[in-house]
Amino acid sequence: MKLLILIPAFNEEGAVGGVVQEVHAVMPGVPVLVVDDCSGDATIQNARNAGARVLGLPAHLGLGGCVQAGYRLAFELGYDNVIRVDGDGQHDPRDIPKILEALERHNCEMVIGSRFVNGGSEHTGILRAAGIVFFRAILRPILGRPVRDPTSGFVGVNRTALAVFSRTFPLEYPEIEALVVLQRKKFRFVEVPCRMRPRRTGRSTITAVKSLYYIVHVMLGVFVNVLKFEGRRK
Amino acid sequence: MDRLLTILAWFSVLLGVLVLTSVRRAHIRVEYSVSWLGAAAALLVLSQNRTLLERMAVSLGLADGAVALLTLAGGVFLVVLYRFSLIISRLKDSNIALVQRLAILEFRLESIDEEAQAAGN
Repeated sequence: MKLLILIPAFNEEGAVGGVVQEVHAVMPGVPVLVVDDCSGDATIQNARNAGARVLGLPAHLGLGGCVQAGYRLAFELGYDNVIRVDGDGQHDPRDIPKILEALERHNCEMVIGSRFVNGGSEHTGILRAAGIVFFRAILRPILGRPVRDPTSGFVGVNRTALAVFSRTFPLEYPEIEALVVLQRKKFRFVEVPCRMRPRRTGRSTITAVKSLYYIVHVMLGVFVNVLKFEGRRK
Repeated sequence: MDRLLTILAWFSVLLGVLVLTSVRRAHIRVEYSVSWLGAAAALLVLSQNRTLLERMAVSLGLADGAVALLTLAGGVFLVVLYRFSLIISRLKDSNIALVQRLAILEFRLESIDEEAQAAGN
C-alpha cells in the first residue's frame, strides 16, 4: 500500500521543518509532501531542507484548496492512503501509525485523529471547544452517529475518498463539510484517539472575529451539502 | 416626482458614461458591460417617457411612476448583481483549478528534471 504524508502549510517556516523531521523519524521511508499555500516566508526552503517534497501553489487558495491540491497530486501519483498532518506542529506524528492501522483494519474511507476520544482536550481554546460542541450537535442527526472531533485536521483517507476529494473538496473550512461530503457518498469514518499539542510558532488563522463568520460559513456549507444528500449508510 | 425622475435620468447617463469609459479603457470586458448598459438605457428611456412610465406603474399596481421606476431599477440591479455573483464564483472555481493544475505540473516537471539529473550522474 502506497502511503503519503500530506502537510498543508502557510507561513509556517518556524514549525514545518520540525514536523517533517518528526514524520521521517516515525515513518522512515514514507514520502512527505508539503503543500505550500503561497507562503511569504521560508516555508518551502525549510520543508525541503528537512527532506520533504514541496508542491508550491503559485497563488494563495486557503486551507481547502491547498489540501485538495495535495489530494489531487496524490491521486494522480497512485497513492492508496494519504494522512494529513498540519504544518504548525499541533498534530503529533507519533500518532500516524495509529491512523494508518485504523484505515487498514476498519477498511473505512476516512480516519479522524480525535483529541476527545479519550476525553483529552487540554490544548483546545474556549472558542474552538464551544464550536466543537455546537457542530457535534448539528452533525449528529446528519451523520446518524456521533463525531467527537469534527474540526480535526489530523485525518487519513483511503484511495476511494481520495478520488472523491480530488474532485470535490470544501474550500475554506473543509473539515466539517468534508464529513458531510463523505456521508453523502455513504462512506464510513472512524475516530482514533490522538494527542494535540500547542502551536509551535505563529498564530491560528481562526481569530475571535472570524469565529462567527466560520460558524455561519460552515453551517451554510453543511446545509448545501445536506440538500445534495443521497441517503444514509446502514 | 419630476425631481426624482430627473435624478434617475442623470444617474442613468452617468452609469452609461462610466461603463463605456471603463470598456474603452479595457477595465470592463464588453460582454460584462451589456447588462449595465441595458439597465442604464432602460432607466433613461423610462424616466423620460411619461406614458410608458404611467403604464408600467399601473401594471405594477403602484400609484406613482417614479416609485415604480425605482422599484424596477432596484430589481434590475439585483438581477445584474446576481449574474455577476455567478460569474465571479465560476471564475474563482476556474482559478483554483488552474492554480492547482499549474502547481502539479511544476511538481511533475521538477521530478522529471531530478530523475534526468540522477540518471546523468
